[in-house]
Amino acid sequence: MGFYWSFLTVLLLLGITAPCALGFGFLGAMAARSKFFVFSLFGHAYIAIVRGVPEIAFFMFFVIALDQFLEWSRHKILCPDWSEPIRQGNDFVVCQAAKLPLSSAPQWIHESYGFTLAVFTFAIVFGAFSANVLFGAMRAVPYAQQETAYAYGMTSSQVFWRITVPQMWVYALPGLGNLWMVLIKATPLLFLLGVEDIVYWARELGGSKTARFTDYPHPDWRMWYFLALLVFYLMFTRVSEVVLDRLMKRLTHGQATAAGEAQRRAEA
Amino acid sequence: MSCWDIIADYGLRSIGIGERLLPRNEFTLCHQFTLIGSGMIWNIYFGVLALLSGFFFATLLALGKMSTNPIFRRSAEWTIFIFRGSPLFIQFFFAYFLFLSLKQSFPIFSPFTSAWIGALVVLFLNTSAYTGEIFYGALQSIPKGDIEAADAYGLTGMKRFRRITWPTMLRLAWPAYTNEAIFLFHATTLVFFSGFPTTRQRGDALYYANYFADKTFNPFVPYPILAGYFIVLTLIVIGLYGLVNKRLNRHLPTSDRGKIKLRMNIIR
Repeated sequence: MGFYWSFLTVLLLLGITAPCALGFGFLGAMAARSKFFVFSLFGHAYIAIVRGVPEIAFFMFFVIALDQFLEWSRHKILCPDWSEPIRQGNDFVVCQAAKLPLSSAPQWIHESYGFTLAVFTFAIVFGAFSANVLFGAMRAVPYAQQETAYAYGMTSSQVFWRITVPQMWVYALPGLGNLWMVLIKATPLLFLLGVEDIVYWARELGGSKTARFTDYPHPDWRMWYFLALLVFYLMFTRVSEVVLDRLMKRLTHGQATAAGEAQRRAEA
Repeated sequence: MSCWDIIADYGLRSIGIGERLLPRNEFTLCHQFTLIGSGMIWNIYFGVLALLSGFFFATLLALGKMSTNPIFRRSAEWTIFIFRGSPLFIQFFFAYFLFLSLKQSFPIFSPFTSAWIGALVVLFLNTSAYTGEIFYGALQSIPKGDIEAADAYGLTGMKRFRRITWPTMLRLAWPAYTNEAIFLFHATTLVFFSGFPTTRQRGDALYYANYFADKTFNPFVPYPILAGYFIVLTLIVIGLYGLVNKRLNRHLPTSDRGKIKLRMNIIR
């Protein structure tokens, strides 16, 4: 059963991460565009640092770092009269009440805490990628459009929300579509973050079983399990590709771009 | 023990030369820098060999995808689709267990279950597929005039390919190919986390960084060190590819030269 649930885990992760990452990306792009120097620096640094380093290094770093950060801040709030240092040699020690999740918590809380950390990590990393895409897309909106809006007396936040944002999606979609594919292909890395996902179950169930331990003795089937995963991902990316193509066609309809022009010609 | 001693002991640890045991209770900055740096040997080994061999196979794949012969075209298309459509992580797992079961019937496959050649094969095929798609795109956008001019000079067949088509393809593909190379180096960090076992703790940079993070419960030291190494590696790759780019474009007027832009948004 766990094996089939784990497919749902992957889909759930995609379903939660994609909007979160888009939100992070939007904030990042807005920060990078900002005229206020500190925000702009922060936005650019966010984009540059996350993209320059191998992603799994980031995944592994963030999960521990976030965990320790949360425990450290709870420690500061909940146990103010704790005198010993937190880092004792090679150990990270916080008081009992600050442990996350609490050691008395039931099993499902432990599992969902791990999953939440994983989602948050994915959102941070993919937020940086999508911030880059959205930043480019916002700049690709023809400047004359914004100038016209200013000439009509709109304030800059009105221009941003009413002119730039609605028009940028068509420029952002190829990049975001690419990111979606990349996100699908990054989901097996969940395994490295300690979530029991499809890779975990494929290894567990496929491994050789003898009659003594289980009801289903079989030799080493891990190869076939992983082949099934491979096919699952291939179908998933293929379907996404087709859907994204359709969506792109819808969005370019009537746009002043080369593809939109080609559609108009074909119809005329 | 001075830092030089540590470098002498652990500098080549990842390929099995030097101290046999990893440090157990001493984790100075010098230890971490040395061991993680020593792990980079594997990342560079995988990256360089896969890139060199993948380059030629990618050219073949691109030509195959352009070919009018349906057998060549179909097989090239499928190779590219399979390796680009599925996660590299799953490919590693699948390949490892495939080699493991092949080993039982054909002993000749026994070296393939160790990382130094098995993972290299996977990386080689993977980078060939990604690069093949880049080269295919470049082949499609070769200016019509170049081919016509070659025809007018009486160049045909192999000669036309070698003197006109191929250099132009490389010129067009080079910026995208640079990104591919950078991402291949990032992808090499996956090797030891995906099925392929480490023998006697000879791992790559991420393996050692993970080792230190596990031992010290402090991710804030080893992972930034790893990130620093990778940023340096990325800069070196950009520099080398920039030199080749300069040579490829040396006959063009300076303003037309394609500048390599760093656009990173791919994970496999």
